[in-house]
Amino acid sequence: MYLVAISAQQLYGQLLIGLINGSFYALLSLGLAVIFGMLNVVNFAHGAFYMVGAFTAYFLLQYAGANYWLALVLSPLIVGLLGALTERLFIRRIASLDHLYGLLLTFGLALVIQGLFQNEFGSSGKPYPSPKELAGVYNVGFMFLPKYRAWVIVCSFFVCMATWFAIEKTRLGAYLRAATENPALVRAFGINVPLMITATYGFGVALAALAGVLAAPIYQVRPGMGADIIAVVFAVVVIGGMGSILGSILTGFALGVIEGLTKVFYPEISNTVVFVIMAIVLIIRPSGLFGRVI
Amino acid sequence: MSAVATAAPDRAQHQRRDFAIAGVLMLALIAAAPFFVYPFFVMEMLCVALFACAFNLLIGYVGLLSFGHAMFFGMASYVSAHAAKVWELDPLPAILCGVAVAAAMGLVAGALAIRSTGIYFAMITVALSQMVYFFCVEAPFTHGEDGIQSVPQGRVLGLFDISNTTNLYIFVAVIFVLGFLFVYRTINSPFGEILKAIRENQPRAISLGYRVPLYKLAAFVLSAGLAGLAGATKALVVQNASLSDVGFQMSGEVVLMTLLGGMGTLYGPVVGAVVVVSMQNYLAQYGEWVTVIQGAVFVACVLLFRRGIVGEIAHWAGLSL
Repeated sequence: MYLVAISAQQLYGQLLIGLINGSFYALLSLGLAVIFGMLNVVNFAHGAFYMVGAFTAYFLLQYAGANYWLALVLSPLIVGLLGALTERLFIRRIASLDHLYGLLLTFGLALVIQGLFQNEFGSSGKPYPSPKELAGVYNVGFMFLPKYRAWVIVCSFFVCMATWFAIEKTRLGAYLRAATENPALVRAFGINVPLMITATYGFGVALAALAGVLAAPIYQVRPGMGADIIAVVFAVVVIGGMGSILGSILTGFALGVIEGLTKVFYPEISNTVVFVIMAIVLIIRPSGLFGRVI
Repeated sequence: MSAVATAAPDRAQHQRRDFAIAGVLMLALIAAAPFFVYPFFVMEMLCVALFACAFNLLIGYVGLLSFGHAMFFGMASYVSAHAAKVWELDPLPAILCGVAVAAAMGLVAGALAIRSTGIYFAMITVALSQMVYFFCVEAPFTHGEDGIQSVPQGRVLGLFDISNTTNLYIFVAVIFVLGFLFVYRTINSPFGEILKAIRENQPRAISLGYRVPLYKLAAFVLSAGLAGLAGATKALVVQNASLSDVGFQMSGEVVLMTLLGGMGTLYGPVVGAVVVVSMQNYLAQYGEWVTVIQGAVFVACVLLFRRGIVGEIAHWAGLSL
C-alpha cells in the first residue's frame, strides 16, 4: 500500500516535470519551426537566446528592480529586438547561400553569446525568485501542484496556441505562409517580405526568450542552460517534422511527458529516451510525424 | 588560372603535382616540428587533423554536414583505451577495436541519417551524438566524469615501445600519413568521383543509375571509421579517454577546423586543425574567450571567406590542394 502511494505520487510528480519540460520544448521547437518556415535557417542560436532571455529577466530584476511580470513582457521584447538585429546584420547576408551556412553561422553566434556569458558569470547558476503571486500550491486531490508550475504549463500552452492561430488563421499569417511558399510573388504584391523575415526571426527568438523567463524560477539562470537543451529540441523538431506548427507544439509536450514517465519506469534511459524515439521515428517516417518531405 | 582551361589529363597531372609538392612540404613540417614544438602537442594535433580529414570526406566530397562526428572520435578513443588497459591488447589491435566500433556506429547512425539531407541530416547527427554522449556518461566502462586514465601504451607489433616519445611520434605520424593518403585515394577513385557527382547533383546521379543511398552510407562509414582511427590513436597518445572527446563541443570544433581550413580541399582540414588547436593551446589562459573567438571565427568564415584558408590560397594561386 505504502509502495503504491509513493509511486503514484512519484508518477504525478514526474508527469508534472515532464509537462513543464514539454512546455519549454514546445515553445522552443515552435520558435525553430517558425524561423525555419520563413528563413529556411535552422537557428542553432536558439538555445543561446533562451539563455539570454533568462539572463535578461535576471538583469531586469537586479539592476532595474523590474518584477517577474514585467520581465515576462520586457525580456522577450528586448531579446526579440536583438534577434531582429542579428537577422539584419548577419543572417540576411547568407540568405542566398546553401542552408547549411545558416546553421554554421548561427552556431558561431551561439558560441559567441554563450562564451561571453560564461566569461562574465562562470558556469554556476544564479537564483531567480518565483513571483510571490504564484507562491504556494494548489491541492488538486491526488497531489500538490505548485502554482508557479501550473502557470508555466498554462502560459506556454496559450502562447503556443496563439502563435498557431496567428499563423494559420489570420491575414498576417496568410501573408507569412504565402511568403514562405513564394517570396518573390508576395513581394510583387507590394508586401515588405524582408521586413517580414526580420520580424519572423525576432518573433521566433522572442518565443525562446519567453521560455527562458518561464524557466528562470524553476531552473537556475546559467550560461550553459541553452546548450543543454538545444540537442533535445533538435530531436523534438526531427520527430515532429519541420514545417508543421501544430506538430511541433504537440511533439514538444508529448516528449516532455514521455521523458517524465521514463524517469519513473526506467530512469537509466531518461536522458536518451527522446533520441531513441527520434531514431525509431526516423526508421518509420523519415520526414517526421507531421512533417512534409524535405 | 590556366589550370581551368587546359585539357583533362593535363589537369589531373597538375593536381598530382600540386598534391605532391604540398605533401612533401607537410611531411617536412611533420618531421621538423618536434624539434621546435612540444612533441605531444604535435601528436595531438596530428590526431585531431586526421579527425578533421575524416569529417571533410563527408562535408567536402558528399556535401553532408555531420554535427555529431565526435561520437565516433570519442567512442573509439574510449574503446581503444579500454582495450589497451583492461583487455591488455597491443596498440595496433586496441586501435583496430576502436576503428571497428566507430565504423559499426557509423553504419547504424548513417543508416538513420542519410535518408535525410542538408540541415535535417545535421540535426539528426546532433541528436544521435548527444545520445552517445549520455551513453558514455552512464556506461560503467567509461568511468563517467573520470574517464579512462593512465592507458598503457605498450609495444607496436611487440617491437617498438611507444612509451618512448620518439617511437610514439613516428607511430602517430605514420598513422596520420596513411590516413591522409587513404582520404586522397578515396576521393580520387571512381568511388570518389561518384560521391562528388552526388554532391553536385543528386537527382542526376540517381537517374544515371547509381544507388545513391549506398554510396552515401559507404562514405559515412569510411568517415566514421577514420574519425575512429584518429580518436583511438589520440587515446594512446594522451593516455586517457574522457567525456570531452565525445561531447558536443568537439563536434563543433571539427566543423570549425574544416570550415576554416577549407571544405573540400585535401589540406584544408589539416591547416584548420593546426590553427584551431594552436589557438586553444595558446589562448587557454583567457578561459572562455576561446569559445568567443571560435564563434567569431565561425561567423567570419561564413560571412567573409567561405573557401577557407587553403581554399582561398588554391583559388588565387590556381592550385589544386
